[in-house]
Amino acid sequence: MERLPSWMRRHLAALRVLLILTVVTGAVYPLVITGIAQGLFSGKAGGSLLQKDGKDVGSSLVGQSFAGADGAPVRKYFQSRPSAAGYDMSATAASNLGPEDVVDTLPVPGAKDAEGGPDTGKQSLLTQVCARSRDIGALEGVSGARPYCTADGVGAVLKVFPAVGAPVRAVSVNQACPAAPFVAGYQGVKVECGKPGEDYAKGRTVTVRGTATAAVPADAVTASGSGLDPDISIAYADLQAARVARERGITPAQVRTLIRDNTTGRALGFMGEPAVNVLRLNLALDRLRG
Amino acid sequence: MSQALAGILFIGSLLVALVVTHRPLGDYLYRVYTGTRHLAAERVFYRLAGVQPDAEQRWSVYARSVLAFSAVSILFLYAFQRLQDRLLLSLGFPPVPGHIAWNTAVSFVTNTNWQAYSGESTMGHLVQMAGLAVQNFVSAAVGMAVAIALVRGLARNRTENLGNFWVDLVRGTVRVLLPIAFVGAIVLVASGVIQNLSGVHEVATLAGGTQGVTGGPVASQEIIKELGNNGGGFYNTNSAHPFENPNGWTNWFQIFAILVLPFAMPRAFGRMVGDRRQGYAIAAVMGVLALASVVVLTALEVAHHGTVPQAVGAALEGKDVRFGVANSGTFAAATTLTSTGAVDSFHDSFTALGGMVTMVNMMLGEVAPGGVGAGLYGMLVLAVITVFVAGLMVGRTPEYLGKKIGSREIKLASLYFLTTPALVLFGTALAMGSAEQRASMLNGGPHGLSEVLYAFTSASNNNGSAFAGLTVNTPWYDTVLGLCMAFGRFLPIIFVLGLAGSLARQAPVPASAGTLPTHRPQFVGMVVGVTVILVALTFLPALALGPLAEGIL
Repeated sequence: MERLPSWMRRHLAALRVLLILTVVTGAVYPLVITGIAQGLFSGKAGGSLLQKDGKDVGSSLVGQSFAGADGAPVRKYFQSRPSAAGYDMSATAASNLGPEDVVDTLPVPGAKDAEGGPDTGKQSLLTQVCARSRDIGALEGVSGARPYCTADGVGAVLKVFPAVGAPVRAVSVNQACPAAPFVAGYQGVKVECGKPGEDYAKGRTVTVRGTATAAVPADAVTASGSGLDPDISIAYADLQAARVARERGITPAQVRTLIRDNTTGRALGFMGEPAVNVLRLNLALDRLRG
Repeated sequence: MSQALAGILFIGSLLVALVVTHRPLGDYLYRVYTGTRHLAAERVFYRLAGVQPDAEQRWSVYARSVLAFSAVSILFLYAFQRLQDRLLLSLGFPPVPGHIAWNTAVSFVTNTNWQAYSGESTMGHLVQMAGLAVQNFVSAAVGMAVAIALVRGLARNRTENLGNFWVDLVRGTVRVLLPIAFVGAIVLVASGVIQNLSGVHEVATLAGGTQGVTGGPVASQEIIKELGNNGGGFYNTNSAHPFENPNGWTNWFQIFAILVLPFAMPRAFGRMVGDRRQGYAIAAVMGVLALASVVVLTALEVAHHGTVPQAVGAALEGKDVRFGVANSGTFAAATTLTSTGAVDSFHDSFTALGGMVTMVNMMLGEVAPGGVGAGLYGMLVLAVITVFVAGLMVGRTPEYLGKKIGSREIKLASLYFLTTPALVLFGTALAMGSAEQRASMLNGGPHGLSEVLYAFTSASNNNGSAFAGLTVNTPWYDTVLGLCMAFGRFLPIIFVLGLAGSLARQAPVPASAGTLPTHRPQFVGMVVGVTVILVALTFLPALALGPLAEGIL
């Protein structure tokens, strides 16, 4: 040992220090914590699971999808927020799309994508928001209109040519032909519909706010960070209450009571935001019937 | 209560909690690193490891010990990931691919915790708990050790000795991080964070689908991830995942855990150099920059400027309802001001200017308050640069805490400061110069540049958070970002220890009427100014092409 060169002795000491620290902080510490957690808080440490008829149906902390096999919302249930992960716990994700992601790539009819399926194009974040707003408006019987959205549920975005100077051409890039553009003209130029496959990148992007105000709440049209958001806002729960009551043949007052029972306020009055737990609420509704 | 008032109370209560804890914790750190007695368990440890705990090290030996420990750690963690399928609790996952294993090993050893992988589908429980989480402890302890060595350089006179790295490492881990993590982990479990060794538990959902509920020793890893300013999430969505961060209270607690040690370090520094006011001045610089950033970022997110946020009516894309917009903004500021990089919401989807603040926070060099230890040594280097700049203005030899800042000292400080900007800007330029690497961008236009700039800023400053739209698990990004993390960590450490060595050798200069006092508000203001101006001069052109262009046009 003493005859080894000093750099080698140093690295051997480093390895031994690392191994001992691995035992202390990588084995003893987490296992002791696991033991204490399982002993004192076994329900929470195990994932706060909820049961229906004796079977686990999910975690009260983790959101799940209330859409049927066909992807359409199951109308007797409150719906969760959109999720970039599809509520799959093995692939949690956010959309990561930016605040100015407003131009779609329109699907080209007849073209194939990388996997050989029909080309689906790529929806911008703005169009995703507009489409969700339109669909939820239709589902809940309210207006799905929003600022910066067209009536047919895509982003109200023009590409204007040339990029600098007086416009000579304007295209509503998210509305595929033969759709009627959401505005007829822009600064004296007739607005065209978008031709799939054409590259409009060189134009100047003009977003058009319009005069709409949104009836569908913000959390209903945006994907969460975790992809597993268990909660919706009180406003979104209230919006869904009438439909759920109608589908289940119960009074709106009963539904509103359950919403209140499953709402958590801010922790200590100021941490976080008030939220309605969707799985707990839907379980309570199912129990009401039983 | 209104959202605005709740958001203000959230920030205010964090501030109060930090003010209350910095003093006892700073005093405790002081006792840990200056005490001469070893615990009985530590003596056994040193004997097993074959190190001489009472042998003092000169700066070059201290630096070589840091590098030896880190090199061994990288190899160990690399091998651990490559062999995970043959070990316990692998959950059936195959070995981690070579380029991802290299990137992850460097990432965790350098306290960066950049993640080119997705936790729930790549790493078994044993690698997480006995590989990654161990580095969460020890890489933080290495940062604190280097900071303490620099402080000893300022505090000691006419000596070559900077202390003993092994002792500093072991004490930081066993006496500081482990006990706090232990208590914190129990608090998190009691608040709903999971802690088990289970695999996936399939359940039938109400609507007739299935969901595989994941398990894992999360709480024990979650707390040290924040406390050690590491930031590598057990799961892909990090602290946004409800099993890591189940409610508004755990969100507050995690932000507090991120900030508590970095804000206690200046107190330990002040006591070690025998003048608490010096510590308060450093803490004030950190506090001014941090508070400004937190308030600006939170306000920008609440104001939700930009097309999509305006269409939505709130900057809620990539944020969870239980945290809300304001608290998510506060978390984002805390995680980028320190070298943590954990996220409870996705910075890529922030408003353009809000996202820029997260980048600027890292570009400050992770000094406000910076990483555990790394923040203090970064800020002390900036203080050295400040006295030099001030000295030039009045034409005197600059000195800091009675030590002359001569040519050798200022060269080392400048090299320290130039390392990360060089890595960030060259790295970004290299990536943007290649069509293949540009293809990794998810968003187009200025936002795409922001994604790449963010990646190199985060890696080189050892932060680890991401504009996660960028596809980085390619061999090119894994390799290059791995190199950025390694150089961004170890070059500055060598310069800092070199600086410590040359400061320790000096005889103290008695303070005179011409000495610039370094504990007054005037000096605090100067350090803030130097920090901000240096960053602005270095990064403004790059920022102008990315987030500024996006946010203003």
